Amino acid sequence: MSNDTTTEPAQEPTQEPAPASPVKEPAASGLPSWAVQGLVSLSAIVLALVVGAILIIVGDDQVKAAVGYFGAAPLDTLSAALTAVGEAYKALAVGALGGMNPIAESLTQATPLICGGLAVSLAFRTGLFNIGAQGQLIIGAILAAYVGFAWHLPPVLHLVLAIVAGLIGGAIWGGVVGLLKARTGAHEVIVTIMLNYVAIYLLQWLLTTTAFKRPGREDPISPIVDANAQYPQMGDTRLHVGFLLALLAAVFVWWLLNRSTIGFELRAVGANADASRTAGMSVGRAYLIAMVVAGALAGLAGTQQVLGTDLPLTDGVAASIGFDAITVALLGRGTPLGTVLAGLLFGALNAGGLQMQLQTQTPLTLTTVLQAVIVLFVAAPALVRSVFRFLPKERGIGAVLAKGWNG
Amino acid sequence: MTSTAQDVVREPAPAAIEAPADRTRRLRVGGLMLVFALIGLGLAIFTGGGKATFQLVSGDLQNNLLGVPAQPVALLLGLLGLVAAGAYVVRRVPQRYSGWLAVVLGICFIGAFLCWAAAGKTFPLANQFQGTLNFATPLILGALAGVLCERAGVINIAIEGQFLVGAFTAAVVSSTTGSATAALIAAAVSGVLMAWLLAVFSIKYLVNQVVLGVVLVVFASGITGYLFDQFLQEDAENLNTPSVLSAVKIPGLGDIPFVGPILFNQTVLVYLTYIAVAVVTFVLFQTRWGLRVRAVGEHPKAADTVGIRVKRVRYSAVLWAGVLAGLGGAFFTVGYAGSFSKEMTAGNGFIALAALIMGRWHPIGAMVAALFFGFATQLQSQLQIIQTPIPGELLLMAPYLATVIAVAGLVGRVRAPKADGEPYVTE
Repeated sequence: MSNDTTTEPAQEPTQEPAPASPVKEPAASGLPSWAVQGLVSLSAIVLALVVGAILIIVGDDQVKAAVGYFGAAPLDTLSAALTAVGEAYKALAVGALGGMNPIAESLTQATPLICGGLAVSLAFRTGLFNIGAQGQLIIGAILAAYVGFAWHLPPVLHLVLAIVAGLIGGAIWGGVVGLLKARTGAHEVIVTIMLNYVAIYLLQWLLTTTAFKRPGREDPISPIVDANAQYPQMGDTRLHVGFLLALLAAVFVWWLLNRSTIGFELRAVGANADASRTAGMSVGRAYLIAMVVAGALAGLAGTQQVLGTDLPLTDGVAASIGFDAITVALLGRGTPLGTVLAGLLFGALNAGGLQMQLQTQTPLTLTTVLQAVIVLFVAAPALVRSVFRFLPKERGIGAVLAKGWNG
Repeated sequence: MTSTAQDVVREPAPAAIEAPADRTRRLRVGGLMLVFALIGLGLAIFTGGGKATFQLVSGDLQNNLLGVPAQPVALLLGLLGLVAAGAYVVRRVPQRYSGWLAVVLGICFIGAFLCWAAAGKTFPLANQFQGTLNFATPLILGALAGVLCERAGVINIAIEGQFLVGAFTAAVVSSTTGSATAALIAAAVSGVLMAWLLAVFSIKYLVNQVVLGVVLVVFASGITGYLFDQFLQEDAENLNTPSVLSAVKIPGLGDIPFVGPILFNQTVLVYLTYIAVAVVTFVLFQTRWGLRVRAVGEHPKAADTVGIRVKRVRYSAVLWAGVLAGLGGAFFTVGYAGSFSKEMTAGNGFIALAALIMGRWHPIGAMVAALFFGFATQLQSQLQIIQTPIPGELLLMAPYLATVIAVAGLVGRVRAPKADGEPYVTE
């Protein structure tokens, strides 16, 4: 039991060759990097569907029955398995894309995911992990809902004010994180996780107060927001104008990151904070700006929930959007376009998953597994490559941003 | 932790030279302490008349009651807290002992608060401590798991996921085998499996560990949710009726008045937690393996040059941590609630993460922080029972706000292991 390593016999200083270290190897193929990323993402989706298929087979009643007489008729098991997987995935696909209503539902589901994903992506590009989209979304939803049901204003103005309130709420909740990071160095991951819980308890508490509680109801639910403050519906579906705002937000983030001076500073700080500081940029200011804008984007997602999809404010208003937003941003690789695409994919999975649950009794939780596995594979391209050997080499998203608590 | 050598001068110390940074910190912390002291005093002033009664044996409403005059005691404690905070601000106590002033203030504040809440009522004090330990048990195990991982340089945000999987496995194995031992072992194994995912993806595939942690939590919630929907709900009778561990009284120790029933009449899992705290502390700071773990977490390259196999040490630390987190998960089902339900760990894994940070990556510190969080959670439910005007939700926020304050550097400096979260790549 010695506390002194130098006295122990030196073990062979083996350098196990770092297995396919993605850090050092740039894209070696002739393909442009977006194509490689697209291929890896597609492969990850395929692999995730395979994992999902296994889960469906394991959980299916017919398969369970057929396994009972596997020895007598092994093909029955196989055909039962194939039928189960085929039917579930068919229901998923039809539920997500089969017709106007399913597509509208997919887009509705995608709307807050895109905004939340943008909130995570923007912070990502500045070198910050915004795990707090959930909390920012909740605070945004609280303020937007309050303006929505407590004030009574003419059309358009009311909606605009409610949206602005939501943006401000999210911006404050995000800004606190940026400010603490800039002033004290408090790590944003920890602060955002903690503030998520503070936000949800704040919401639960507010829903017990007279200001927020719906008169005549005992359960935690607020009054419905005024019709004037609601996002107009598009056609006869649940889809609302908030979806267009989400796309506008994506364009805005693209402009901010790629065409504005501030965006350049944000990206510079994200790429190398020390170098940016040496170059005379204010790193703290970049953190603050990034988190304020990110918070506002998450707040926008909150308004879409409470003014568009879920009219009254409840303690489930955020569902798991803030966390799904993280996986959306990861899948989208921190770019606005990627985030929109990833948000659409996850929205479609959610909408299709609901139909799948209705029609084939395959639980909705399967889509959660699918989403997690997709991102897991996307984050570890080396693993995907070990299955699909034809894929060219690519840097993992994680490796680019690999830094610890002290970073 | 931050005691500096500068302060060798004794009693009439204020003349000692103080670095500007220390001064700022002292004033900041002191200010915070004064705020708390004043809140405590304010509560004391508004304490109602009559007696505050504290119940010393749970469930016993007749005997073993401790009645104190509420307002005088609250005022006394409030003033004492104010003195402690004041003494900290004006440096009347050698710096070495100044940490104790915060402890005194904390106890005074909680005491004054309880007197205020319990004035004219009966506060179940024994229940309070019993519940504190109950809530804290999984938090301590989770935080210890985090300590092991992060001391080795692997960030573990996935404690929540390990909890969920552990809880699920324990419930299923306990229901099918009926054996508590098998359930605990299975929970530990499932925790190790989750930890293995964490290890492979972070150490081998160099995936960013924060990303990975988040994704693993989603994965765990998805997979346990799916299996719950597909199997446990359909056949709850056979798969989701685990037997809850029964309390085992330790002879002798369990008979100590007040403390005995709280600490030594508990389930095996709680005893395992005591042992785990001691073992992790000992192993981490007294053994060769512990030194290696800390070395690869602080400076993997240096460790590598003296012949320590960085990745191997990291793997072993992460996998052992999985055992602890899996057991922590088992607490939710076989240790407490019985049957499994979706998302039943309800963010406790993240509180464990908070406890680990508040505890400054030290097993004992993590345990103290976990107990504090458990105390706040239990206090919230107690106060709802005796009906105080404080909303329970605000009390539930306390641990999280405390953590934000801690990482913002208001209370001492919180420093992670140097290489925490950085994958090690040999060149």
